[in-house]
Amino acid sequence: MKKSTACHERHDRNPVPVDVAGLSKSYGSQTVLTDISLSIKPGEIFVIMGPSGSGKSVLLRQIAGLETPDAGTVRIAGLDPADPDTRDRFALALVFQSGALFNSLSVYDNLALYPLEHRLCPKKEIRDRVMRALQILSLEAAAQKFPSELSGGMKKRVAIARALVMEPQLLLYDEPTSELDPVMSATIGEIIATLKQEFQVTSIVVSHDRDLTFTIADRVAILMQGKLRTTSTPAALREINDPLIADFLNPKIDLKNPRYKQLEVTT
Amino acid sequence: MKQLTAIFEGIGSAVLLTVRAFTMLPAAPRIIRRVVEQSFIGGYTSLPIVSILSFFIGGVLALQAGITMQSIGTKELIGTLVGESLVRELGPVMVAILVAGRVGSAITAELASMNVYNEVDALVTMNIPPERFLVLPRLIAVLLFMPVLTMIGIVVGWIGGAVVCKFVGFINLAPEQYFQSLRQYLTARHMFDGLLKAEIFGFCVVLIACTVGLRTSGGPREVGSSVTRSVVASLITIIVLDFVLTKILA
Repeated sequence: MKKSTACHERHDRNPVPVDVAGLSKSYGSQTVLTDISLSIKPGEIFVIMGPSGSGKSVLLRQIAGLETPDAGTVRIAGLDPADPDTRDRFALALVFQSGALFNSLSVYDNLALYPLEHRLCPKKEIRDRVMRALQILSLEAAAQKFPSELSGGMKKRVAIARALVMEPQLLLYDEPTSELDPVMSATIGEIIATLKQEFQVTSIVVSHDRDLTFTIADRVAILMQGKLRTTSTPAALREINDPLIADFLNPKIDLKNPRYKQLEVTT
Repeated sequence: MKQLTAIFEGIGSAVLLTVRAFTMLPAAPRIIRRVVEQSFIGGYTSLPIVSILSFFIGGVLALQAGITMQSIGTKELIGTLVGESLVRELGPVMVAILVAGRVGSAITAELASMNVYNEVDALVTMNIPPERFLVLPRLIAVLLFMPVLTMIGIVVGWIGGAVVCKFVGFINLAPEQYFQSLRQYLTARHMFDGLLKAEIFGFCVVLIACTVGLRTSGGPREVGSSVTRSVVASLITIIVLDFVLTKILA
């Protein structure tokens, strides 16, 4: 999205690097993340994969600054995202799994909220900016609808459009294709890849959608039981000699020795 | 012990929320629309029920007082009793209880749902402080509508008392006499004390509602239990504060 000339931005538009060092997080006696270290380059699409409950979304919340780690650090362009004093020195947007749209606001008002609250532009410019974002996501017809009137796929697209209006330097996606049919999942994948190409935004995607990951990722991290198993390119990941990762990426249905019975034994 | 810790945690959170919200006061011009909206939701829409309740409470007071005062020959002072009771005690407490049940519960349910469904997190990632966007407009709104609502409740209650005095056969007190005795003993100080109480009750109700709402986590079930917790805490706070304020203002 071209930068609006009449708008005064709170930050520049260059993509930012993200560094996670020695991050650990527990809730009570349950350790969710252990000693995670990652370095994400500006402008890359970095996908975090892993089985359900492996701590992917928790890691994303630490990166977004919504929670503070028990140990270790997160730095976005060298700044702590959880520090309210430095938060407005870079633009970070998070597309939540549920969309997290404001139910009391129309689609248009959801998108206009950020520039209005931060008084970035005159109202006409805000309108142009919102309509451009809606146009990119093919959502013009939904502008006056409320979130309760939208399908799951539309909600995700509106959430991405809302992120886009922020002109982010770092875009975080939490399970962007969950609960969507294959066609809509592919559409969301295309949108993520297009946004990266056109706007040079750094993207971190949490997903266990294998097809999406291998299509859009520059690099992939695999989390298992709260620990970083590997970080690699999609091509290298296909060749990796790790039975746990291979089983996660290409699970086979085995009716003679079903997994759920093994789960019962281990838990 | 665990419950006591939870109570102190709640009080601490409420104090912190107040401080954080009021440090956002310089941003007040940009929340005027939401203040007006919240004043409408909380104040204007509560007006019919406040009026109905006040009318009948004033009527019941007059009726009860009438039975006794008629027998001891002091029915001319019914106006004083109804007037004073409503201004200093029943008006502010009744309106506050109504606001706790109607407005406070709605605020807790809304904020708790927003928290559970990540809408509050979405605000944080947009660098829009929830204290400014969600809490401050509601606190300012209650400070604006609470005295108005209480004043209307008091006046309607007086009228309820006057109607009962006029039309109930064994009392049969003319409205002129009723309002004359009401004016005779009622002072501006009494009025101020009553409105001050209402203001403090209303502020505490909304603060409790916001605090409990924003501290909710989990799912829909927790939203429901948060609403109950918020209303119960508000009612206890109103009664305890009423005692404390009455002692201070006496």
